[in-house]
Amino acid sequence: MRLPDKTTRLEEAVAHIRDGATIMVGGFGVPGTPFTLIRELVRQGQTGLTVIKNDANEQDMGIDHLLVSGQVRKLISTHIGLNRRAIELLNAGRIEVEFCAQGILAERIHAGGAGLKAIVTDIGLATELTAGKPRVEIDGEAAVIETALRADVALVHADRSDVFGNLGYAAVARNFNPMMAMAADRVIAEAETVLPLGGLAPDAVHTPGPFVDHVVGLEALSEEYQVVRR
Amino acid sequence: MVARAAGEIAPGLVVNLGIGLPTRVVDHLSSDFPVCLHSENGLAGIGPSVPFEAADRNLIDAGGSYVSTIPGSAFFDSSTSFALVRSGRLDLTMLGAFEVAETGDLANWKIPGKFSPGVGGGIELAQKALRVVVLSTHTDRQGNPKLVKTCTLPLTARGCVNRIITDMAVIDVTPQGFALRELADGVGVREVEEATGAPLTVPDGDIPVY
Repeated sequence: MRLPDKTTRLEEAVAHIRDGATIMVGGFGVPGTPFTLIRELVRQGQTGLTVIKNDANEQDMGIDHLLVSGQVRKLISTHIGLNRRAIELLNAGRIEVEFCAQGILAERIHAGGAGLKAIVTDIGLATELTAGKPRVEIDGEAAVIETALRADVALVHADRSDVFGNLGYAAVARNFNPMMAMAADRVIAEAETVLPLGGLAPDAVHTPGPFVDHVVGLEALSEEYQVVRR
Repeated sequence: MVARAAGEIAPGLVVNLGIGLPTRVVDHLSSDFPVCLHSENGLAGIGPSVPFEAADRNLIDAGGSYVSTIPGSAFFDSSTSFALVRSGRLDLTMLGAFEVAETGDLANWKIPGKFSPGVGGGIELAQKALRVVVLSTHTDRQGNPKLVKTCTLPLTARGCVNRIITDMAVIDVTPQGFALRELADGVGVREVEEATGAPLTVPDGDIPVY
């Protein structure tokens, strides 16, 4: 038997995103952000997107391009403070932002990827973030139901992939990528290195290939991937 | 004040230092001090900061600063990172604050109409770290007390703060409210009381100075 080859051209992979789609985008700051897939999405111009991402990158980087181009209707995020423009768009009412506690966002995505409907937690009970969400009592203590998150398409960045889509991440570029790579109907992984089958040892796989639909090899890493001089 | 805060870190702890002032606490720990520093973005065992020239593009802390690993460091995803926080494995966190109430309520993420970047991992750190130490100036830029009877800003977590270390004093949150423990060098009890927006229990006798 032989595992299938999922290598896909960049344009073709991103063309699966439709107007109005919900997309998950990996990354925490620069590490793990699929800048090449995002650039292609900006080029193709799909609109009305709901974007689920930990942060809004920084100005002129990553999903900031999607915000500037007006392609994003709603952003589900944990913290956008490093992107002044995202804050301005939020304050001007040009985008809707739903904030979520960081680990709860991770767990909602994890649940979506695990085929579960929701998680139950006491995180954020004292905050406005859980206002209006259904409450339950567990062992005599209050808890809130946080619905699972899934997306139409997930865009993730891997350090290495084999052609079947087994993925490995580098250092803290892992962050939200493994959960997002489980939680979408179509998962597109860009990889810095694409290896032949067997190139990744089974024990070295962080995201198993069956979760991944497309592998896009990166020919070069643009400036956005590099160390940011602040 | 930052040097005093470093004294909170006992050997062997797992510690998360919040963005801003708390991050600087690490500068006051010796390189062989046994502690595991945790970063929300998926690193346990944060090593020293590195300059731009030597930075690894895949190795930042949660504040975006370039850091390094040390022997024994581990990388993990965001789900695992907060599992560690929520399940009682995080011994101590140091956070900034806009307001701390005498009940230990913390407000540190939003000023409606002025500042709303999102809460990041702040709620989970405040709510679930086994010990929460706030590191902050005693008053805001307008001179208003940050230590108050009741928070007026949106809460991060209720009843979570154990200790506040400021440029004026070390104050504990007790069932009886704020209790003065130590004074910054050159600061008097009266000044601290005037800069604090809730009653302060003052111990009898000499008060340690830092």
